[in-house]
This record gives sequence, C-alpha cells and structure tokens, in this order.
Amino acid sequence: MKILVAMSGGVDSSVAAAMLVAEGHDVTGVHLKLSEASPESNGRVHGCCTVEAADDARRVADVLDIPFYVWNLKDTFSSAVIDDFVREYERGRTPNPCVRCNETVKFGALLDRGRATGFDAVATGHYAINREEDGRRRLYRSADRTKDQSYVLATLGRQELAFARFPVGAQTKDRTREIARSLMLRTADKPESYDICFVPDGDAAAFVERAGATVAPGPILDPDGNEVGEHGGIHRFTVGQRRGLGLATAERRFVLEVDASRNAIVVGPGELLARGGLTAEKVSWVGGEPPVTADCTVQVRAHGEPVPATITSVEAGRVAVRFGRPQRGIAPGQLAALYDGDEVLGAGTIDAALPL
Amino acid sequence: MHNPTTLYLDNAATTPLRPEARAAMEPFLDAAFANASSLYASAREARKGIEVAREQLAAAVGARPEEVVFTGSGTEADNLALKGAAWHAREQGRDGIVIGVTEHEAVAKTAEWLGRVGFRVRVVGVDGNGVVSLDELREAVDEKTAIVSVMWANNEVGTVQPVAEIADIARSARALFHSDAVQALRFLPVDSSRADLTAFSAHKVGGPKGVGALIVRRGTKIQPLIHGGGQERGLRSSTYNVAGIIGFGAAVGAVAAERSSVVPSVEMLRDRLQAELCARITGVHVNGAGAPRLAGHVNVSIEGIEGEPLILLLDGAGVAASSGSACQSGSTEPSHVLVAMGVSRPLATSALRLTLGTDTTEADVDRAVSAVADAVVRLRR
Repeated sequence: MKILVAMSGGVDSSVAAAMLVAEGHDVTGVHLKLSEASPESNGRVHGCCTVEAADDARRVADVLDIPFYVWNLKDTFSSAVIDDFVREYERGRTPNPCVRCNETVKFGALLDRGRATGFDAVATGHYAINREEDGRRRLYRSADRTKDQSYVLATLGRQELAFARFPVGAQTKDRTREIARSLMLRTADKPESYDICFVPDGDAAAFVERAGATVAPGPILDPDGNEVGEHGGIHRFTVGQRRGLGLATAERRFVLEVDASRNAIVVGPGELLARGGLTAEKVSWVGGEPPVTADCTVQVRAHGEPVPATITSVEAGRVAVRFGRPQRGIAPGQLAALYDGDEVLGAGTIDAALPL
Repeated sequence: MHNPTTLYLDNAATTPLRPEARAAMEPFLDAAFANASSLYASAREARKGIEVAREQLAAAVGARPEEVVFTGSGTEADNLALKGAAWHAREQGRDGIVIGVTEHEAVAKTAEWLGRVGFRVRVVGVDGNGVVSLDELREAVDEKTAIVSVMWANNEVGTVQPVAEIADIARSARALFHSDAVQALRFLPVDSSRADLTAFSAHKVGGPKGVGALIVRRGTKIQPLIHGGGQERGLRSSTYNVAGIIGFGAAVGAVAAERSSVVPSVEMLRDRLQAELCARITGVHVNGAGAPRLAGHVNVSIEGIEGEPLILLLDGAGVAASSGSACQSGSTEPSHVLVAMGVSRPLATSALRLTLGTDTTEADVDRAVSAVADAVVRLRR
C-alpha cells in the first residue's frame, strides 16, 4: 500500500513511519510547515514547525530510506485554524485548535493532496484506534489511556477515517519510545509537546491580541448582575477560570459565564459552576448516523474524564446531552465528544451549558 | 543511492562535477595534500595549482588574477561584497544599500541584516519579466549610497539584467556596484570589469561544492569578514581549499571554452521544452520569457496545480525539478521573484522550474514533457 505519513519530527510520527516501513508498505514522509518560526528567536521556537523539527523528521526519513518532502500548508492553517481561534476568543468562547487542525489540515488539505498524488492512505502519529468492523468505520480510544487523542479526532467522519491510519494508536507511548530506541531514531527521547503549536509561550490571550482581535475592557458582574470590577477583554477568560480576575475578595471566585453580547464576565463561587448538561453544534457522527441508544459518556475537554450522560435530542447538526451528575467548567467553544465505552460516537462544538 | 534513470533538470540548483574538474582535483586529494601556505616543495605545488585556477577564473570573467578572492561559496562571496563594502563605506559617511527585489537570499538576507544594524536599505522593483526598473533605481541611488547590488541573471526565471546601465547609475553616484553572477556564469559570458564586485560559485559551473569567488576590482576597498592568517590579500583568511579551488578553475575554464558552441543547442532544447509544455497542457503561463533569459531556464506556472504535489509526482517519475529555489527547510514559499514580477499568488505557488544542462537531450525533453503532463492530469482529476 502507498502510504503518506505526516512526520512532525516527534517520536510518535517517526515510529508510525517506521512501523509502516516494517510492514512492507511503500511509505513517503511529509513534514507540514504550518506556521512561521518567529525570527527573533532565531528559529528556536518550541513546537513542531521549526526548521529543527523538519530536520529531525528528514533525518528519520533518511534512516528509514523513504522519500521525504516538506509541504507548506501555512495558508490553510492560517485561515482555517488560527483565524478561527482568534474569532472564537473574540466571541468569548474557548476553542480547541488541534481539533480544527485535524479536520481542516491533517485530514483535510493533506488528505486531499495525498489522494491526488496517488496514495492509498495518510498516516499520523495519533494515539487512537481506527478500524472497520462489520462494514462500519469505528474509532476507539488508544490502548494508552494517558496518551489517548481520540478526543481531537472525534469530528472526523467515515471517509476521512477510512483513508487515515494511526499506526502507534494501539500501543503504549512506552512501547513507541522502545521502538524508536531500537531503531536508534534521533527523536526517541524528545520531550512531549503540550502547548498549542502556534502559541509556544502558552499565552493565548496575548496571541489573540497580537492577531489584531477586537477586544475591549468590560464589566465583571456578580451572579445578581452587580458590577464588581472591570476586565481587560473577554478573550482572557474561560468558564471555570479562577486566576487573573483581579478581584480582592475573601471567598474564591470563578468565571461562571463569558457573555459576549454584553462584553461581560460573570463571576461567583465554585458551587455555581455546576451544570446539568450541554448543547453542541456542528455535530458529526463517526458512523454517519446518530447512535441508536441514548446512553453514552461525554468528554468536554482534551484531558478530561468521560462522564455518564444521556442524549436527549438530536436534530440537524445539533445534539443536547444531560449529564448523569453535575459537571463544572462547561466552556462553549470546546468540543463535546460522545463515547460508548471506548468507542467514539461523534462530536460537536459546545455552544451552551444547560442548567441543573 | 544514485538512480540511473533519474532525469536531472535542476541545473540551476547545482551541476554535476565536470570530468576536467575531477581530473584536476584528484592529485590534490592524494599525494599533493600540503598546506598551500607552507614553504616546501609540495606546498609550492599546491600554491601553483591555486594560482593556475586564479588565472583560469580571471581569464574567463575579464578580471585580473590579483582581483580574484576565493571564498567558501557564492553566498559567502555575496556576504563579503555587501558587508565588506558597507563596513568600509560607513567610515566614508555612506550608509545606503540598494538591491533588486529579485535578488537571491544571499544578497537579500545580507541586506536585511545590514538594515537591522543601521544601514538604509532600498529595494528596487522589477517589470513583468523580472528586469530591474532603471527609473526606480535612479531614484533610489543617492550621494549616500554605499553599494548597489543587482544580480547578473536571476536563479529562478533566468532573467538577465541590464548590467551596464545599472553600473552607470551606481557609478554616477560614486557608489559601488556588486553583481551576483552565480547563476549567469555557465551560459552567459560575464565581464566582471563592468562591476566593482562580482560573485561566483564553482558548483553552478561543473565545479565542486564549497568554493566560490568574489572579484574585487582594483581600487575597490572592502573589509574582510574572516580574519586570520591573511590569505587572499587579507580579504579571506582560511587554509586554502586546494582541491576545491583547482576544480573550480578547471571547470570554469572548460565552461568558458565550450560556451559559444553549446549555448545554441541548450537554448533550442529549452525552447522546445517550453513550447511542448504549452502545447500539451492547458493553462500554462511562461514566466519571464519576454526579456533576455539564461539558455537553460524554463519557469512556468500551471493553473490549478500546486507546486509541492507536482514535485512529488515528478520525483516519483524520476524527474528532478524544482518549484522555486531550494532552501534550508525544504519547504516552498510562493516565489518572491514571481510575486515581484506581478504573478498572482496562486500562480506563484504553482511554479515549476526546469533547468537544462549541456547533457540534456531531445529524448530527455520529451520525457520531461510527458512526466509533467501526466502529473497535471492526475492532479486535476
């Protein structure tokens, strides 16, 4: 099989390529250039888009003796991922850019190019299990629960998944590193990357401001609507956030709500954060159809725990879910991924939390 | 490693080592290994070889041997020209740098850096064929201009610049004129006496990689970048790359000797390649065909085709081509040269550069045309 492997320069995609070569596939590596390393740092930005990352990936491709290319998808990344990120923060929401990148870049533009250039599949170093069972495409959590990335892949549909391969998804990260060491791959002991790749300093608010978002100071309100302070822009706040409020009060206050229509944030004690459910938009189902049973679990953030839930309504592109027990920190903009056990059913973008 | 069926059409990126260069280098890779600056017989042999190479290069480019400064690359020669001249000129109260917008990174990034350390940098535009605007240049050059740098011929589209006119403009302001002639030398006679500083590279003319030269016309004052043992009249210290320099001399001698007899046939094959691409594929735009152009260059943009997947498919078919100029990360940006020529961004990202060599045959041209046409059909599906 002719397989195109997206090689970030990290250990997971390096090993993914190595495993496919070992299985006898005709493998080609491609490194995606998605954003610009800032010139001030001399190219030494932490992340996957540096010259060094491309060099690491290229060196692994050399060792595996496979063709290797660097593809510039900066324009797609910028319009589909970064612009969306900025717009969502402007709207007072908390986006997950990795989800958008997977949808539009890795399993969007890259997949299209892979098809056009005659490949049978596109592989990545993601931790998730993707296979066909009884003629149905299925996506499961990884065998390594601590590394599981099914959440950020949950919006992919049948067609994308049928073309995608996740060679390391069915094993543990330790096993991946073992393979990398046994092949003496240069990337074997590279540290994990956790940050958003285009916000290497972790300061999303500053990034949004630099990107020229329209942001303005506004009121901080208590749950009764009384103004208790001023904030520097709603893009700096996420539901459940406690730091950075700048309020001198005896009891701990949390962001309960970000209200873009009034350019306000509402703060209050932690117990008021509890919500009974959520609604989500732009919903897609892995199998193409909504699930037949209402019982599921829902995960509302990338490293969150799944909680038991019931699907209460499904309509065109939307879903409503009730939690089995109240949940805190339901942030619009984040992805709600629905599971049946380890199997991903589908996902949508949270647009509202439902009261208890 | 080497695939015998590879069709190499990327001669602007580098060229295969000429047999004359290899033969001249061989003794200096073996027995004649001495340091050319030492004082015994074998060192004298090495030094003699270098001086022969110096004479060969000088003769080929209309320079005197003592005007030749060997460097480690064409890029280094450009750096030496710009930084060396800028450093010297600052002492004379001149702080202006004027370059063309289609310069190679070796010049453009050096000028950018000089801008960051306090020089005034002006970038002059080009017309739709990549020819620098003389009016704009006249307007940009003033009595404080230290150096004007415009390439002899462009590496991406092959456009040849009006060097004599540019030199006059620089001279009228008593500014230095530097020209990057790295890409020009193989197929174009270069008379370096028209410029104050001229940069060359060995590997573009069938010499080895890792050798370049800057012609510093007599009376032109520049500062060195590399200080040390004082080689090359103090302008480029470093132990001599004996074999490399000797290979450069042999290659440039051979290129100059054969140039007038090979250029017409290279040009004919290039025109055939260009005509066939236009005939076989719809939506082909030839970039830079309306001005004097290097004999081996074809640069086309193909509507609706992205350069990167096209290069992948051509590579798979054994055709070595380029979608711009090859750079460090291996990624391609929309060519700054094409953008400066007014080519739209989509067409700039769909550029394909094929550059012929003296060994390119008619069969090669036909094979290349088929490979490109097949790839385009596939990508348009």
